Amino acid sequence: MQNSTYGNLTFSTVKPGEALAKAKNMKPVDIIAAMSDSGMKGRGGAGFPTSIKWNLAAAAKGDEKFVVCNADEGEPGTFKDRVILTDYPELVFEGMTIAAMAIGAKVGIVYLRGEYAYLTKQLEDLLAKCREENLLGKNVLGKQGFDFDIEIRMGSGAYVCGEETALIESLEGQRGEPRNRPPFPVDTGFMGRPTIVNNVETLAWASCIIAKGPEWFNAIGTEKSKGPKLFSISGDCEKPGVYELPMGITIAELLAEVGGANAKAVQIGGASGQCVPKTQFDRQIAFEDIATGGSVIVFGPERDMLTVAHNFMEFFVEESCGQCTPCREGNAKLLEGVNMLREGKCSMSYLKELCALGETMQLASKCGLGQSSPNAFLSIVSNFEQEMMGRTN
Amino acid sequence: MLITERQRMVQDIESWAGQFGNDRSSLMPILQNVQKKYSRISEFSMQAIADRLEIHPVEVYGVVSFYSFLKDEVHGKFVIRLCQTITCDMAGKDRVAKQLENDLGVSFGETTTDGMFTLEYANCLGMCDQGPAMLVNDQVFTCVTPEKVHDIIQGCRQSLTAFAGLRKES
Repeated sequence: MQNSTYGNLTFSTVKPGEALAKAKNMKPVDIIAAMSDSGMKGRGGAGFPTSIKWNLAAAAKGDEKFVVCNADEGEPGTFKDRVILTDYPELVFEGMTIAAMAIGAKVGIVYLRGEYAYLTKQLEDLLAKCREENLLGKNVLGKQGFDFDIEIRMGSGAYVCGEETALIESLEGQRGEPRNRPPFPVDTGFMGRPTIVNNVETLAWASCIIAKGPEWFNAIGTEKSKGPKLFSISGDCEKPGVYELPMGITIAELLAEVGGANAKAVQIGGASGQCVPKTQFDRQIAFEDIATGGSVIVFGPERDMLTVAHNFMEFFVEESCGQCTPCREGNAKLLEGVNMLREGKCSMSYLKELCALGETMQLASKCGLGQSSPNAFLSIVSNFEQEMMGRTN
Repeated sequence: MLITERQRMVQDIESWAGQFGNDRSSLMPILQNVQKKYSRISEFSMQAIADRLEIHPVEVYGVVSFYSFLKDEVHGKFVIRLCQTITCDMAGKDRVAKQLENDLGVSFGETTTDGMFTLEYANCLGMCDQGPAMLVNDQVFTCVTPEKVHDIIQGCRQSLTAFAGLRKES
């Protein structure tokens, strides 16, 4: 295994300990104000403003509060968190500590996906070192009354646990079935206590924002999507790997960077994201246009898009937690429809019905998984209709 | 005094429960530890965990059956999980899959008769830039090609004989 990162990541310019030393002398309100001034939205993909999340948790009443790092990176095509946890884990732990200062938490939990079990040793060693250096533990860095420690909990191979309430269920020893929201974790989270769940990358950027100042972050990106972002690039391109690029970059610019200029389509946002055809490569990757947690899968001119749709639908049929009907039954029906298309046995009117079913799933599913599971199918069918119908193979 | 495996398991569960907080939130790490040490999560262990955490054994079974990495059935010493998700699929996972089946003599979902290998598919392993990827227990292999399959399997066998040799010497 090797980490392929291209260009210099900002993470490599921030010294370990730099952010925490600065945050130590800041009031909780000032830390949250820095997040607010930076304009950062969550890097996991949903794009909720980090400062609002932290502020709600800081204001929530509770005898205990928790900071959870969502390291359950399961979206197909995403691997940036693996690279961050391998190369810059101290920034993540510092980000968690800074978040704890802001909301008044004493316990942090990293929920690491079971597939990344090989990272545990390195992370545990680093945690031990942090405790020795008083970056964790009692009176962190001599800050009186601020106690904080981090433990690592493992997932066991369930994609849905990347959804924050399912993740909390899993931490509580339950099946990873998402909860209804509201109440949101910021007031009723782990063990019913106020909890913030942040993506690995969000926490690493939080450290950078404290170290380099919110103005630096805010100056990059677009009006509504601030800052740099890590992208996981895979598929039919010359240089797959992790890239740091500004939010708002167009797909064409990104493809030129990674050596995928001849692509016929890209999947932005993984299996739950959307498939964008060549004609729309001038669109921006940003929360106001095409939102993403950073997964970009490039499809070359020879790719059969129906095979792609089939792979995504098999994924969702397996990973649906089965709790709500639209997602459990809907995904099975869509997969069945893809198989009919593959055999050339699907009428146009039935395909239209399947699309209507997909739209219902988007509206009626309980959690983000079900709501986004038909996206790939719907975007592939609408953009590549000529590949779908009347198949003979 | 001889300690039976069951007694040892109950003692282990007791100590793990203490280590991870003595309440239901310790269930996942206890299950993961049981599986690591005893290879699978037997009915007996589920009952013992349920007793210790004062929950119904069905609650424990419900959790075990939910997570794809938790196993109550017997499986091989090495669990091979080949990534079947899109980029590994595009990078040629079908040929790797076929070679794994050929070299192990079992289909996906099965365990070899000598109890050494279980072959499974997994969803995205987060190695999309280096596909096809697969996990052998906790170890990750990337850019796997059909001709590398044999060496990986041999490596597993050798690591086990080396381990047995070490135990003999000591």
